[in-house]
Amino acid sequence: MNIISIEHIRKMYKIGDVEVHALRDVSLTINRNEYVAIMGPSGSGKSTLMNMLGCLDTPTGGKYDFKGKNVSLMSDNELAEIRNREIGFVFQTFNLLPRSDALHNVELPLIYAGVGSAERKERATRTLIDVGLADRIHHKPNELSGGQRQRVAVARALVTNPAIILADEPTGNLDSKTGDEIMYLFSQIHAAGNTIILVTHEEFVAQHAERIIRLKDGYISSDEMVQNRTIPKLKTEENQQTA
Amino acid sequence: MKNIKPLIYELKEGLIIALQALRANKVRSILTMLGIVIGITSVVTMSTAIRGIDNSFQSGISALGSDVLYIDKWAWFSNEDWWKIRNRKNMTLDEFSQFKQLVQTPIAVAPVINSRQNVKFGDKVVENVFLNGSNADYVKTTNFTFDLGRFYTESESNGSRYVCVLGSEIAKSLFPMGNGLDKTVKIGGVNYRVVGILSEQGSFILGAFNPDNQVFMPMGTIFKHFANEQRNTITFNVRSKDNASIEDTKIEAEGVMRKIRGLKSGEENNFSINQQEGLLDNYNQTVGVIQVAGFFITGLSLFVGAIGIMNIMFVSVKERTREIGVRKALGAKRRTILSQFLLEASIICLLGGLIGLLFAVLLSSLIDRFITTSIQFEAVTLAIMISLITGVVAGLAPAYTAAKLDPVEALRYE
Repeated sequence: MNIISIEHIRKMYKIGDVEVHALRDVSLTINRNEYVAIMGPSGSGKSTLMNMLGCLDTPTGGKYDFKGKNVSLMSDNELAEIRNREIGFVFQTFNLLPRSDALHNVELPLIYAGVGSAERKERATRTLIDVGLADRIHHKPNELSGGQRQRVAVARALVTNPAIILADEPTGNLDSKTGDEIMYLFSQIHAAGNTIILVTHEEFVAQHAERIIRLKDGYISSDEMVQNRTIPKLKTEENQQTA
Repeated sequence: MKNIKPLIYELKEGLIIALQALRANKVRSILTMLGIVIGITSVVTMSTAIRGIDNSFQSGISALGSDVLYIDKWAWFSNEDWWKIRNRKNMTLDEFSQFKQLVQTPIAVAPVINSRQNVKFGDKVVENVFLNGSNADYVKTTNFTFDLGRFYTESESNGSRYVCVLGSEIAKSLFPMGNGLDKTVKIGGVNYRVVGILSEQGSFILGAFNPDNQVFMPMGTIFKHFANEQRNTITFNVRSKDNASIEDTKIEAEGVMRKIRGLKSGEENNFSINQQEGLLDNYNQTVGVIQVAGFFITGLSLFVGAIGIMNIMFVSVKERTREIGVRKALGAKRRTILSQFLLEASIICLLGGLIGLLFAVLLSSLIDRFITTSIQFEAVTLAIMISLITGVVAGLAPAYTAAKLDPVEALRYE
């Protein structure tokens, strides 16, 4: 069953008098429990497509159905509700609230969803434990390492049980070891039945996905399944020493 | 009902965020609050002060007796040329005798001659005290009550005996240890025996009108030493039956006076009939001016405070653009962001208002040492309302800017 169905989508910006065609004609469908990487050089329309898929922006033309509902025609508030319930964002720069602890950061989407305090705390704590932060629940972002911050962000994305996880360069600000750890976490999340869309410009990151969509100049240049998928293994300290 | 819950959680979240933001920017928040603090302090303190002045004025007025007319050469409040009034004939004792015989409605009339002299007891002196010389009927034109002793009697006044009654403030100054009764004081160098001491009557607001600061004695003694029957004018104190009949008494008194003075119809009165209503009008005018000026200043400082808050809220929105983007990405609606920033502005203002109230309470208790007053519940309510409204008004534009931010732009903001 497809979650996302995009037909002939266009997006045009006006910067001063200049019209910029970020997306010219893009069609694609994404099914439940797919693990998709979107790739492309800067200026290819990759970010615009991600914003579109994340319901942060609406297309200038074409049709975008999310779980059978036409997103193109939705109001600001309806888009906010879709983002809240159906989409979990993971950003390159983590984007955690600096003054709130891990628990409150993860609670945030549940607050906007109108979940009561007790249930909120319980679900947020459980999700933080799931991503391996059981002992960091009351730490603030500046007391956490980069990898731990990204784990908080992943927990925040997961806590609402969204239809898709949308990750924008999730390893971009991490060293390769912690980057691997996060990719391992994503593969686990995928294995648990979630749908993941990964936006990246790094080939070895994209190789973790089942399918790679490449963009160029506002068009899809290729859309194919990955043959030799990287299945990340959890590298513990001992593993590294023996390697 | 389904939509109420998220709203409550959002508001609670907004409250937490607002308090966090205030704590993170303490100095900035305090400086921003200052305008509101000053505004609220001044509005509440002023209302307390005015209430106090009102109280003492009202009690002072009632001590004088609001049903008393003062027929005088001089007008208390007048638009007429000063020289015209100055050229009027003096009021004389002879005229008073005729007046007393002719009037029917008043319950008491008394002639009064005033002077100002130093009053001395031992080494204590009260300078330039307002003296009232009259007869024994004088006390019937007042509401005097006595701490000690009595008013002078008819025989004392007829015999121009050197006896006097002291106002409470004068007695306090001369006899700080109390009991000045039967002591001999020197008034303008002349010995008088104290036969009575008044209990506290009026208030500071009346100044020279306040009986507490006056001394009362038989008028003959004043004429003998401090005044001249030919040169000095006297006042007729006329007390009507009650407040309701004061107009009738006034009309009658005017008619009688015109008859005594032999004025033809069409001729102007060459005397004035004063009453406290004039005092009240004058007072209300003065207080009105103070109020308008005060509220203008208060309004100005609140306005400046509001601009300060608006400014800081714009800065806050700018600083947290990215945070707003994140919140929107996680599902915050426009109203969520709007209420968050409105809440923050309101909390700054409310906190400023409460600090202002605290200062006002301190200042009011200071004022209370001079005039009896207390902080008004209405003023407190008003202050809280004003600070809340200021917060909402000042926060509206910045909050709206934040609410309508494009999430894509906001997330990209560095």
